[in-house]
Order: sequence, then C-alpha cells, then structure tokens
Amino acid sequence: MGNGQGLAGKTVIAGVGQTEYGKRGAMKGRTELSLLLEAITRAAEDAGIPLDEIDGFTSFGFERHEPVLVQATLGIPELRHSSIVWGGGGGGSTAAIMNAAMAVATGLCRNAVVYRSICQGQYERYGQFRPRPAFGAFCSPFGLMTPAQMTALTTRRHMHLYGTSRDHLAEIALTFRRHAQRNPKAIMYGKPLDRETYFAARRIADPFHLYDCCLETDGACAVVITSADRARDLANQAVKLLAVAQASGPRWSLGPMGTHNMPVDDYASINSKAVGRLVFEQAGLTPSDIDVAQIYDAFTGLIPMALEDYGFCGRGESGDFIAAGNLSWPHGGLPSNTSGGLLSEAYLHGMNLVIEGVRQMRGTSTCQVEGAETCLVTSGGGGGHKSAAILGR
Amino acid sequence: MSYFPDEMPVPVAGPDDGPFWEACRKRELRIQCCADCGTFRHPPVPVCYHCRSQNTDWKQVSGDGEVFSYTIATHPTHPAVKSMASYNVAVVMLDGAGDVRLISNVMEIADENLSIGMRVKLCWDQLSDGQLVPRFVPAQENAHG
Ligand SMILES: [Zn+2]
Repeated sequence: MGNGQGLAGKTVIAGVGQTEYGKRGAMKGRTELSLLLEAITRAAEDAGIPLDEIDGFTSFGFERHEPVLVQATLGIPELRHSSIVWGGGGGGSTAAIMNAAMAVATGLCRNAVVYRSICQGQYERYGQFRPRPAFGAFCSPFGLMTPAQMTALTTRRHMHLYGTSRDHLAEIALTFRRHAQRNPKAIMYGKPLDRETYFAARRIADPFHLYDCCLETDGACAVVITSADRARDLANQAVKLLAVAQASGPRWSLGPMGTHNMPVDDYASINSKAVGRLVFEQAGLTPSDIDVAQIYDAFTGLIPMALEDYGFCGRGESGDFIAAGNLSWPHGGLPSNTSGGLLSEAYLHGMNLVIEGVRQMRGTSTCQVEGAETCLVTSGGGGGHKSAAILGR
Repeated sequence: MSYFPDEMPVPVAGPDDGPFWEACRKRELRIQCCADCGTFRHPPVPVCYHCRSQNTDWKQVSGDGEVFSYTIATHPTHPAVKSMASYNVAVVMLDGAGDVRLISNVMEIADENLSIGMRVKLCWDQLSDGQLVPRFVPAQENAHG
C-alpha cells in the first residue's frame, strides 16, 4: 500500500501514552510538566523503546515545554532533533508527527516523541479571551474573542450557503457522545446526551450551543515514532504511517482566527482541500479507501466542512452525508471520532485523536471498526495551516 | 453610546495598521490598497499579494456593505461583556474594496433580525480612549423591506 511518495511507509507509530484526562482544574497538585513526563514515559514503554533511546522531540504551537527541558528532566543522554510546528492549537498536531517522521526517516534521529500537555487549571483557559498573536486590533475591540465565536462565523456561512442545519450539528454531537459511552477514558463516559438536552443547552455563540463546543481538558498525550526497520523488533504492534502532510491554501493566513479575509470561495471551509489532496496522493489512496476517521472536532461545525474538504462528499453535501448516519459506529460508512473525539473524549489539541487512530489500527478501540485497515486523522479546523495523517494496519 | 462597555479592549495599532486607525479618528474609513495594481487588502501588511509591490495607498470607501456572516455571542468570554445578555459580531463585506471584509458589529438591530446578505452602513463608535472605530447599522433599504 502507498505509492512511495514523501514519507509513505518509511516510519511507524511505535507507541502511544496518555495521562488520565480531567476537566480543566481537575488535576489538583499536578503540573503541566508532570503530566507531560508521564505521557512520554508511557509512550516509550508502550513502544518497548528505552527512554534513553528517544532522541527526537517535536510538538506544535501553544506547547510550553521546550525539548531540551524535557530531555534534561527525564535524564535522556542525547537530543538529536527538536522542532515545533508554527501556529496555535490543533492544526499542527499531525504536522508535528510529520516533523518527527522526517527526522527519523532521514536518520537525523532514531526515535522521536511527539507530545502535547495542557493544564488549563494551571494556565489560561481556551474558552476565555486571550490576546491574539496577530491582528488582534481588528478582532478584540469588536467582541471576537474566542475560537467558538470565530468558527461560528464560518459555520454560519456554511449553513447559509448549503442548508446545513442545527439538526446536522446535533447528529454530530450525539454520535460522538454515544461513542464516548464505550470509552472509560473519555471525560464524558457515563454521561450520555439526548436530543432534548442538546437543543435546550445554553447558547455560546450562535449557531453553537454548549454541546457544539469541545471540552476544556487537562492531561497529556505522547506518541513515539520510529523507523519501519526498527518496528520489526518491537513487542507491541507498530502502526504504519501511510502518509502525513501539512498545507495551507492561498490567502488563508490565520483564517477565522484572524480577520476573516480568506478567499470568498474558501470561506466556508477548514482550509484542508490542499492537505487532503496531498495526504491521499502520498498514500496512494482515495477517500473511499478510508475505513475509519478521527476528524478534528473542536466544534461540531468543523465536521461538515472537513468532510467536504477531504472529499468524503461534494461541496455542500455534508448535511445529507451526516443525516444518513455515516459518522456513526458501527454501521456508518465512515465511523468517526470513535473515542468520543474532542467533543466528548478530551481536548488535547487533537493528539488524543492520533492515539485513537492507533487504537483502531491495533484493533483495541472501544468502538473498534471490524477489519479496519486505514484511519484518517485530521488536525485543525480554525486558524492557520492544517495537517493530516493516514494510519495503516 | 458605545456598543460595548468601557472595559472592552481598544485597538492597539501595530507597525502596519497605523494609517487605518488614524483615518478612523477623522471619521474616514480607509482600506489599504496597492498603488500599482489597485488590489485591496486587509488586514494591513507591507506588500500586495497580487503583484508584490510595496507601493501602498489608503483608499477611502463609503462604508456601505453587506453582512457576509455573523454570530450572536452569549457566553461572556471577557470581563467587559459580562453585563451584556448578548451581542453580535458581523463580518461585513465592504462595497468598492475588492473582497475586503471587516469584523465589526451591527448596532440598532435585534439579534433575530440579523441575516447574511443584509445591507448595512457605516457609523462611528467612540471607545473609552477616544478612538473611533467602524461599526454598522442596518441600511434604510432593509428597514422598509
Ligand atoms: Zn498590486
């Protein structure tokens, strides 16, 4: 499988590690760094690779822990690669895997860990106003303060153009919450959601109400990348990285996290047409070859736009695709966010979606798609560039 | 009266957008455009994305436009807006400025009456530090439609 372009097939995800996930503030007495070190240690253990042999360290925008600090804290003798993907939030999570895979594939380092740690109990809250990195003068004085409001604007336009409705958004929220009911690691495990409660919830930023918005989570995730050669000797099942890519389309800039001057034709999108094309080309696959997907769902409204950008349906056709139950495990055509996603499992800027992708390829998901051989993992829905990976069995 | 309470963040001009805010203080809405090929761009940056010229004009526009998208924000995400039950944020496509859109607010309208495509016109709103910022009100043609 794969046509040998780019990084296709050269590296694997050898191990994954996560801490317990908690609602922001729930990790009493734990620092963000301690969560991170736990996740990295677990990922190395899961891979069966000694921590001393982890010599690459990659993350993405908003990460607060510089690799040399992580290396020194863990007593790792030598660092050979460190990098961070630009941009805030989730658009960089699989791009950080891409950087790790590049470093491993070229032999610059042997084993690289990709990580994200968030402790909103210790630091700022994502659901509250934070000064913008750029162009804030054109946003904050007009009340555009948070990602919910920013992506509400692109979602509203998508609804206007294509008839996407709150019923479609409800179907997404309810489906992913149902998946979370089978996942004991999910924050919303044991907390089912019904239609009535969904529609009765308080409004956050129209068209988004409470259950259209992701969780605010404290926790950490880490993933260990190694070479396809090394993978043969490992105890645990390594997952193939069939493709991984990063892209941004023309004039997208910061997109909804900036001043909303994206090209008019791309406005009601998540800027992922290019990365979708690249990742499928690299793997030598098409959307119909994907058995299961983990789609970046910081807000329900990102899902219809993602389905169209990645080519699972035509422009404007995602409402019908969703209404037909395609996202639902086990019978949908494209079971998605099978751990509960960012809406109902945890919000680790998409790194938890990568871990669920690995579980699907190992056959260990709590909503396991029978015989699944390919999993698409997408990163980002709001500002800046986007990235994606296709994992293989 | 300003659309938001006084505690709201005020614009802090960066290196490239000073002329925009300066024009606002004179009640002029000026959008950056390329002095060579005429392409409008926003937010202000030093080079034209179309022809890459750094020769820059600031063209005055009428401030008429239409709502390109909008949201009604209810959840208070900043201390300044805690006293407001809700407010709107609108992306306004300006007339006569290519595809330039401004993030702003439509005043003098009930939440439920906002819609994509509705015509709006410019009004000036003074902030706590004296800065004038462009906001919008429904255009007459909507009021009777
Ligand atoms: Zn030009």
